[in-house]
Amino acid sequence: MRDLIKLFVVVALFSAVAGGLLAKVREATAEKIEIQQLTFVKGPTIDQILEGCSNNPLEDRFKIEDGERSIDFFIGEFDGARNTVAFESFGKGFGGDIGVMVAVNLETDEIVGIGVTTHSETPGVGSKAKTDPGFADQFAGQAITEAFSVKADGGSVDAVSGATITSRGVCTAVVDSADIYSRLKDEILKNIEG
Amino acid sequence: MAKSAVQEFTKGLWAEIPPFRLVLGLCPTLAVTKSLENGVGMGVATTFVLVCSNVLISLLRNVIPKKVRIACFIIVIATFVTVVELLMQAFAYPLFLKLGIFIPLIVVNCIVLGRAEAFAAKNTVIPSLADGLGIGIGFTLSLAALSVFREVLGSGTLTLPLTGASLSVFGPAFQPFSFMVEAPGAFVCLGLMLCVMNMLGKK
Repeated sequence: MRDLIKLFVVVALFSAVAGGLLAKVREATAEKIEIQQLTFVKGPTIDQILEGCSNNPLEDRFKIEDGERSIDFFIGEFDGARNTVAFESFGKGFGGDIGVMVAVNLETDEIVGIGVTTHSETPGVGSKAKTDPGFADQFAGQAITEAFSVKADGGSVDAVSGATITSRGVCTAVVDSADIYSRLKDEILKNIEG
Repeated sequence: MAKSAVQEFTKGLWAEIPPFRLVLGLCPTLAVTKSLENGVGMGVATTFVLVCSNVLISLLRNVIPKKVRIACFIIVIATFVTVVELLMQAFAYPLFLKLGIFIPLIVVNCIVLGRAEAFAAKNTVIPSLADGLGIGIGFTLSLAALSVFREVLGSGTLTLPLTGASLSVFGPAFQPFSFMVEAPGAFVCLGLMLCVMNMLGKK
């Protein structure tokens, strides 16, 4: 019996110390990791869709709580006015969630540009949604409220060839971003002015 | 246990070099050695875990009850692996993205648990440190050698660790031997290298 208790106590102590240590390390690296993720995952897409802005959107950002999740918004400054925000939304693709960064002009409610951030689509087929600029360009200049869908579903978006499901996922993400945008627009404006 | 720390260290570099001599830890070996950068990154991460877990386990070897030793070893190893994962995310994010799932999988790398069970649990701190360092560096060198071989033939490039610069070895006219960067190519390379090592050892 004493032996059994000893085994129990040793393993429990080990776990407790390990857990505590990891919590500390996590806390110490959390900020650094967030910056790294922004720079390497979202950064390239943001630079691409907010091309020509005169500020650094990665530094000019704010968070808004939307229900249980919090969304990062990146501000783009064009012609001296902070009139564009970019944020990420998700749609279901062929191999999991596709993250799509959508930049919206706050004055005209038009899409400035979109770009795929993270995905696990088939390399060389679905992955073209990220690498083929022709696909993403179809969304630019359209009203955010547009009900985007691929041509196979009776919509106006030309799907990436061989990757209808991926393209549909991107459309879903953009439509979802319109939802987020209309729901949070007042708060976005407040944050930009503040 | 008359061997000196130096001997414990050097045995990991040739006589017991993983994954060639101890045919353990093949999963990361086959999966990540597509480029030199990945191979070295994986090797360094594994070395860190191996050295830390060896030292800690040999320090605690009299405290850990025999019956639950494996559970305790795994807790120690998993802790260090998570530390490596977090540090890599914080300081080498692109490498972390490339290695992906194989970093957390160091927990179940047989080399690490094998050294803990076979060596650190029975020896004092200094030999355990030397053993961990030797095996770790041996593993890194093996991964580096294997990945140089595969990357040069398979994609015609050589990605330097740290800088991330990609050098073209054969020039633009090179047709990549893409079998080499696929998993079966790793098996073939590993077999050929082991064959050469055995031939050298026989003499």
